[in-house]
Amino acid sequence: MNLYPVRAIYAAEMARTRRTLLQSIVSPVISTSLYFVVFGAAIGSRISEIDGVSYGAFIVPGLIMLMLLTQSVSNASFGIFFPKFSGSIYELLSAPISHVEIVIGYVGAAATKSIVLGLIILATAGLFVPLEIAHPLWMLTFLLLTAVTFSLLGFIIGIWADGFDKLQLVPLLVITPLTFLGGSFYSIDMLPPVWQTLTLFNPVLYLVSGFRWSFYGISDVSLLASVTMILVFLALCLAVIAWMFRTGYRLKP
Amino acid sequence: MEPSSLNDLAASLADPDASRAAAEPVIRITGLDKTYAGGFRALKAVDLSIRRGEIFALLGPNGAGKTTLISVVCGLVNPTAGEVRVDGFDSVRDYRQARALIGLVPQELTNEAFETVWNTVSFSRGLFGKSPDPGHIERVLKSLTLWDKRDNRLITLSGGMKRRVLIAKALSHEPRILFLDEPTAGVDVELRREMWNVVRQLRDSGVTIILTTHYIEEAEEMADRIGVINGGQIVLVEEKAALMRKLGSKQLTLHLHSPLAAVPARLSGYDLQLANEGSELIYSYDGASDGEEGSGITALLGDLDAAGIAFKDLHTRQSSLEDIFVDLVKERS
Repeated sequence: MNLYPVRAIYAAEMARTRRTLLQSIVSPVISTSLYFVVFGAAIGSRISEIDGVSYGAFIVPGLIMLMLLTQSVSNASFGIFFPKFSGSIYELLSAPISHVEIVIGYVGAAATKSIVLGLIILATAGLFVPLEIAHPLWMLTFLLLTAVTFSLLGFIIGIWADGFDKLQLVPLLVITPLTFLGGSFYSIDMLPPVWQTLTLFNPVLYLVSGFRWSFYGISDVSLLASVTMILVFLALCLAVIAWMFRTGYRLKP
Repeated sequence: MEPSSLNDLAASLADPDASRAAAEPVIRITGLDKTYAGGFRALKAVDLSIRRGEIFALLGPNGAGKTTLISVVCGLVNPTAGEVRVDGFDSVRDYRQARALIGLVPQELTNEAFETVWNTVSFSRGLFGKSPDPGHIERVLKSLTLWDKRDNRLITLSGGMKRRVLIAKALSHEPRILFLDEPTAGVDVELRREMWNVVRQLRDSGVTIILTTHYIEEAEEMADRIGVINGGQIVLVEEKAALMRKLGSKQLTLHLHSPLAAVPARLSGYDLQLANEGSELIYSYDGASDGEEGSGITALLGDLDAAGIAFKDLHTRQSSLEDIFVDLVKERS
């Protein structure tokens, strides 16, 4: 592996984040803070504890996960879509660089941004609610795996999209609803039995559940199920990307 | 553009392995075929060899397959069949070695609008797997008169400047082969001539240049060899000088003292035409014919004298590459 191209892509992507600091970091932090104000302080004070955790603290992992998923997808998809849109992708395709190196550069940068953002939101949350992290290593593992997996998904969307509208389609119509319905703001025990069963088909549930377990030791599904689900999704994304590069799908005619 | 900057750049790009057999083609394209998903066959079994260190101009009308051919060689388009070897490396199997040798300047002005000139050129060097070398980037930017603009964002540059940035990006990783797809499209005459100087300097340093162009003048001015592509097929590859000699017809125009109503019958053996209301007599002959007998000029002048036709002035004109190109494409289509 040649590290110079990976470093070049990674550095260029991180530089783009610095240029757009307001929308990359400040904006998600503000919107998450608003969630804490509304759900944590205003409404949360009227909701009883869930499994011994105050509602304000209970939603922290879900909120971080919501931001992590949407930002990973958004960062990675824009990162590869923009060169396609501007035409500068010619340089990437004509460079002596492997597909693996391209993915590490773009997905690595997108995942880094998301993880940094997740940690900032975690710190922000600490200003609103008392936090405890029961399994910090697991918390970081989930953070890393989720950021990488959904950055891979974003990369796929960026290659697939042939316009800015499609770039927004999946985050708005798929990721956000699945996250909201995946137990970010509630335990699935609070749902009627039928909805509980349906929710088990939502992959985001496993991510939120595992992540929440790393904070408070409580979960809707087992840790093994959470880890398995995220690894399966990771493998699936890698397989799709490998296919895209092999066939030149929407990259090379 | 400072000549010393150009010389510095040429020296930095000089091939350290110049002793390599020059006769071996630096690019060998064999049976290259490309059919797009929609069924359009853009390249039809193209065979082409590019010599090391030459300037090769690829001419062809719009849609002839010029850009597709370049795109396949550079890895932007997957070939349907055939093989491309770059300095002996297979462009698909040994893509790392093959692509590392190539710099590409695309036709469209495509770049990251919000990046600075310095950053985008440095990025290109890294992307092609080269360690950072600010000294080389500086030489490239100076040679293209971009040094003063190094901190400017690309969005603030003029079209001509953006074109230079694309060339700088292509030169950032010290390529041995440079593809220029319509390099001077949309740039003014002065800049075009400056770019020709840059290209010549690069060629002098041993870089092989392949350029596509709509400007026949550009090919005529710069190329060592010329290839013509039409309908996805290479219809001609020839040394420029030989092509001009072989296909270029010449015309001798005589400005007559007294206008003629018709070409006299005794001159019917010559390819003569009257022009400008009979005041000019135009004689067309084969430019490739050497010597007086071949051109028939001496005999014609003798016969004119015998016929009592006097002239006050004369001039000759050789058909340009553009005339040759138009004739060739018309003939083949």
